[in-house]
Formats: sequence, C-alpha cells, structure tokens
Amino acid sequence: MSTTTTVTASEKPVRDRTDKLRQIKLVVAFGIVWVLVLMMALSIDNSQVLFLNADELSKEHQPEPFNGLRLVWIGFAIVSIALVVAVINRIPRNGWAMLIHVAVGLSFYAAFTVWYYADQTAAVEAWITNPLPSMVKYCPPLVLGALAGVVCERAGVINIAIEAQLLMGAFFGAVVSALAYSNGVGMIAASLAGVVVALMLGLFSLRYHVDQVVVGVVLIALALGLTTFLRGQIPTEQENAHLNTLLSDSPDPLTPIEIPGLSSIPVLGRALFNQSILVYLALLAPFLVWFLLYQTRWGLRVRAVGEHPKAADTVGIRVNRVRWQAILFGGALAGLGGAFYTVGSSGSFNDNAANGQGFMALAAVIMGRWHPVGATMAALFFALTAAMKDDFGLVTKVPSELIAIAPYLATLIAVAGFVGRVRPPAADGQPYVKD
Amino acid sequence: MTKRPGLRLDRKALEGVLTTAAAIVLALLIGAVLMALSNESVIDSMGYFFSYPWDFFSRSFDVVTTSYGALLDRSLGSGEGLANTLNRSAPLICAGLGVSLAFRAGLFNIGAQGQIILGTLAASYVGFTWDLPGPILLLTSVLAGVLAGALWGGIAGLLKAATGTHEVISTIMLNQIASFGVLAYALGELKSFQRPDDDLGLPQSPPVPDAAAFPEVLGVHMGVLLSLVAAAVVWWLLTRSTLGFELRSVGANPDASRTAGMSTAKVFILTMVIAGGLSGLAATMMINGDQASNNASLVGSVGFDAITVALLGRGTPLGSVLAGFLFGILAVGGGAMQTTSAGTAPEVVQVIQSLIVLFVAAPAIVRWIVRQRRKEPTSTFAAKGVSA
Repeated sequence: MSTTTTVTASEKPVRDRTDKLRQIKLVVAFGIVWVLVLMMALSIDNSQVLFLNADELSKEHQPEPFNGLRLVWIGFAIVSIALVVAVINRIPRNGWAMLIHVAVGLSFYAAFTVWYYADQTAAVEAWITNPLPSMVKYCPPLVLGALAGVVCERAGVINIAIEAQLLMGAFFGAVVSALAYSNGVGMIAASLAGVVVALMLGLFSLRYHVDQVVVGVVLIALALGLTTFLRGQIPTEQENAHLNTLLSDSPDPLTPIEIPGLSSIPVLGRALFNQSILVYLALLAPFLVWFLLYQTRWGLRVRAVGEHPKAADTVGIRVNRVRWQAILFGGALAGLGGAFYTVGSSGSFNDNAANGQGFMALAAVIMGRWHPVGATMAALFFALTAAMKDDFGLVTKVPSELIAIAPYLATLIAVAGFVGRVRPPAADGQPYVKD
Repeated sequence: MTKRPGLRLDRKALEGVLTTAAAIVLALLIGAVLMALSNESVIDSMGYFFSYPWDFFSRSFDVVTTSYGALLDRSLGSGEGLANTLNRSAPLICAGLGVSLAFRAGLFNIGAQGQIILGTLAASYVGFTWDLPGPILLLTSVLAGVLAGALWGGIAGLLKAATGTHEVISTIMLNQIASFGVLAYALGELKSFQRPDDDLGLPQSPPVPDAAAFPEVLGVHMGVLLSLVAAAVVWWLLTRSTLGFELRSVGANPDASRTAGMSTAKVFILTMVIAGGLSGLAATMMINGDQASNNASLVGSVGFDAITVALLGRGTPLGSVLAGFLFGILAVGGGAMQTTSAGTAPEVVQVIQSLIVLFVAAPAIVRWIVRQRRKEPTSTFAAKGVSA
C-alpha cells in the first residue's frame, strides 16, 4: 500500500489518481468477465460434457461425462469473489495480485471451454481434452526464446533476433542430428547455432555499436534467407538420401520420457512428467535463469550493466565482457528452443519454421516486465492459446477466426489495460563507450 | 569553425553514398561466393583444385556472371522488365516510407504487415462492390485502402499515447489479428468477399475492375508516380512542417520535447496514423496497381521487407525510394537466376538484401574490410531514438 497514507485515524486514506484508475480498471475487467461467465452458465442446457484425460483415445481411456455446469458455477464463484475484493479495493499491490488475475483468467477459460463443448448438435459428440500436456509440449521455443530475451535485455542489449536464433537452431539442429544420427548432438548443434547468431549480434552491437534493433531485424532477415537457401541446397540424389529423407520426412524425433509415479498425478502428471527431454530442459530453464540473475554474483553484474553501466564500470566490472557473456548464454537458450521445431517435433525443417514465434517471445519478455518468471508465465500463456487453437477446431460454436486471434487480443488488452507503461532496463539498447 | 558548412555537408553526404555503394558491392560479393559454392560444376572443380586451379576460378566466374547477368537482364534489361521492377518497387517504397517516418519519431513500427493487409481488404472490397463511375471509384478505393491502413496504425499510436503500451507489442499483435482474424474471416466466412467462380480451392476475392485500376503508361501503373509523390510529401512533412519538427524532436528526446511543451501523445498518434496510411497506400499498389486478387498470400513479406527498406534508406524519404527500387530489382530479377545454366536459387537474393542493410548499418565493418581507416566507429543510421 505504498500509495495510501493514513494521516489520522478518523480521516480517510488519501489516494492518488493512478490508484483509483487501477481500481476502476480491475472492477470493469472483472465485471465483464463476471457477466460473460454468468451468461455462459445460464445458456447451458445440458450440464453433461465429455472429458478425456489422456493423450489418445484407447480402450482404457474413453471420454467420460462429467457435470460441466458445476465447474462453470465454481468459476463464477471465484470471479464473484475477485470482483467483490476489487470493488472494496482490497486487491493486494504485490505479487499476490498476479495470483488473483490468473485465477480469474483460469475461471473464464474453464467456463468458456465447458460452454463451448456443451449442447452439441452433431451426431458424434466432441470431447474436451486436458490442454495442459499440449501446452507444455508447445512451450520450449516460447519459454526459451523469452528467457533469452530477458537475459540479453537485463544486460542492456536488445535482442530482437530471437526469431533468428530459433530459426537457425531449428535448421542446424535438424541437419546435425541427421548427420550424426543423434538427437542429443542435434540439440547441442541447435544451441550452438543460436550462439552464432548471438555472436553476430554481439559483434555488431557491442564491437561496432550498430543500433541493436537494426541488427536484430537484419539478423532475422538473414537467418530466414540463409536457412531457406541452404534447405534448397541439400541434394536430393540417392547418395545423400539419408540426409534428405531425414529433413523432409519424419524420422524418430525425441520421444516422451515418462517419469514413473509422478506422471500418474491426476491433471498435472501427464503434462509435467511425460515429456521429451527438450521440454524438461525448457521447464527447468526459468529456475536456472532466475537463480543466475538473482542469486549469483554474475547475475548481479548482469543487472548492473543493464541498469547503469557506468556505475558498474566504476566498481571494476568489465561491462562489455559481462554483456558478451549474457548475449551468448541467451543465444544458447534460444537456439535450443529452436530445436523444438525439428528435433523436438517431426524432425523435418520447413522454411520459416519459427513462423513469428520469436516475435511472440519478444512480446512475452515485455509483458513479463523483463523478469524471468513473468516472461515464462507470458510464454506459457501463449503456448496455452496455441494448444487451444488446435483443440477447439472440432466444434464451431464461435467462428474459428475469433479463437485464432483470442491470444493476440487478450495480450493487447492485458498490456494496454494492466501492464501499461513498462520500464525496460535503464541502459537497454545503449552501447557502452568508455570515456 | 572556419570551414564552410556547405562543404562539410557535401563531404558527409558523399561519404554516405560511398559507404552504401561499398556495402552493396560487398554484399554482392558474398552473394557471389554463395552462388559459386552452391553450384555443382564448381564443387566438382574443387575436387581437383590443386592440379588444375584455373577450372575452379573460371567456372565460378561463369556461374556468378550468368546469375547476376540474368538478374539485371530480367529486372532492367527490357522495357517490360523495368516496368515490372517499378511496379514491384512501389509498395516497398510506400511501406518503407511509413516505417521510416515512425522511426524518426522513435517508434519501431513492425506493424506495416497488418496495416497493408487491412489496406488491401478495404481497397479491394470498395473496388469490386461499390458501383461508382470510373475515376471516382478509383479514388474511393484508394482512399479506403489508405484509411484502413491509417486506422490500423492509429490503434497502435492511440494505445501508446493513452496507456503507454509498447508499440512493438501492439503492432505484433495487430499483425497477427489482421492476418489470422480479419483476413481469414473475410476470405473464409464473408460470402460477399469471395470470388463466385472459385474453383482453385484457394479462397480469394475477385480483382478490382479496370475502372478502379491505376491507369498504365508503357506497363507502369500510375501508382508508381503516387509513391514518389508520397515520398516528396513525407520529405516536406519531416523537414518543412511543424509536425515534422515535433516528430523529429520527440524521436530524439521525448522527455525534453514534453518539457518544451509538445504533446508526445499527439505526435505518437499522428505519426502512426500517417505511417499506417502510407502502408495502406502500399496496399493499393497491389490491389489497384497490379489488380491482384486478395488471398492469404498476396501481401507475402512486403510488410517486413519494408522494415529493411527503411533501415537501408536510413530513415530518409529519398533513401526509402532508392532502397525500395533496389529491392524491386532484386525481387524481380531474383527468380531469373534459377532458369539460367547456373541454376542459382533465388533465395540468395534475400541473403544479399539483409547483408546490404547490415553493412550499411555498420560502416565500420565496411571500412575495416576495404581497409580504409577512420578514427571512430560510428553508425550512420539516423534514427537514434529507436529502441524496443
């Protein structure tokens, strides 16, 4: 409650304009969600919906009916509580507010899903699947890309080139894993490819002081052209049949590794403990980055050179060396994320495999306010909506285009309404030149 | 400072031209290496390089000259080719102007893609549904395209001004909404938008009628002229108008401008509206100029190429025109390289494009490579306020 001050016991606390505006925004947003959830709850006729708690349909895994309406009302109750808390202005000002927002978001998501699948008219009823496993499956490029952005920008180097790092990682991961007959080597190569892009970013921005946004955009164009060109150069003749089939058909990509015991936890088990090694790495990376940035000496230095390089220099930190380290580390993360498109999924490389996901990772960095945990949450949200787009194609209650743009619209509203003016690291994008 | 200011300015300009030329040559050289190394007969000759090295060099030379020759021949060699190149340059110039203008105000407008998509939708919809007499139809169709682009750009500007939403986020999201939402909806669900005799399996709109098309002279549509007029207007706006002064001032230092009494909100909104309008104008080059059918892949990557055009043009109108023309040459000529005996993949062009921009942005590298030493490595890129 930094903005409220109590003068005497009898006087009302003095509140400034932003604080009031914040309350109004929250009440309006929660109010809209409240009305929507209520409308959905009231419009459902048949409360039974089908739910499949497995990846695939099989004899022992059949979709089971459950009372979806109850879930909608539970969500409605949660939203109601949040609304009341907002109206009486008791939403906490610290990190707990995030929890309330997430709870309201999840309630809306659950209610919408039930409403979407309820009262179907088609002969074969579509069922709801657990979105978490595919969300987690989709997350590596977004999460690792966003973390790469966070590490670079906390050190004061703008990394627009996440997209380029993903692309190069995807391409070289595919080629090297095909040549070496090893997915592990392929992932290392993908990571190195990301490092190569980072090297170029560092060379131009740190050594030659070129505008970092310019370098980033150019590197994306370069990576796109180079991977497409090289993909076309892979010979199609018999002599290189292996390489070519590996790149155009699907060989054996990474398989899920089931962790016994943990994977049978009801809802979360299959999502968190039955994934490929790449996904496990992506899930561990946020903790690693958080630890490095906030619990180590190196992390303190990184943040120092990103906020006030001159001060850091004064106390003997070599600014550009720390920045180089941060950029290269970020490149390794993003390159590994790129491996998802090839080694991690079908094994084949399609032109423009990253398809704008690097830009989404960039958005996640800003939405997460340059913090590894925030950026990871934003990236997971984007992954969830990507999974949702796949799942919701079966029923057509709402135009599919609306489902497709939902994540972008939600991001726009969230950023415009609640994230608002974000403050990048103070020295973000400024090359450091010693006087 | 006893030197005459005019002389200094000329020298600086000359240096800029020389660096750009060196950058282009350097990028073409690297492109040549790529071409040679991707050619089979050259690779064969490398097998016996040490016993007969001349073969390698002559074959490489052949491949490179054939490819670049075909590129120039297709794009500039004939009247028809030149017309194609000019038509292809027009949208790049317009959209590049839009991105440049935003750069000068310190805004990184990634949203040209979405603005162009909206522009194509509005221009083609008005063009083929409204029943108006000839020139008026053309005018309303073009205006609709420009306004739609301006609207889409304006949203980003408004969000920036009102809530401080970072324009990089908002324009990325608006791009996605335009292509997966608005465009997909128009082509997929709106019956009035689709071509009735659609038997190609690909949903697309009808092209605009001849009445709504730019008049052509020797194969060059008049939109090309319009794009040059737009460049002149942007030049006037930037260097001669109050808004342009405020725009550049906000781009250089928003805090100082606010202190001096300028409204940054007004500048952000107006800049994005104009930038979006220029992207919308780029859209009309395709719809009213080429009379293209609107489909999912019409816009392609023009919106993103516009960013590279703006960077190559260093944020100036004249620079955008020249850069757009150069990219037009490469785009039209690139395909010709495949059909020659050298069989060079057209993707080389994209590599060359990005290398040119990279070298232009980093003159220090060019100087280092051509061994022409200078004191300090500084970027000549003008838009200093650009930051994400």
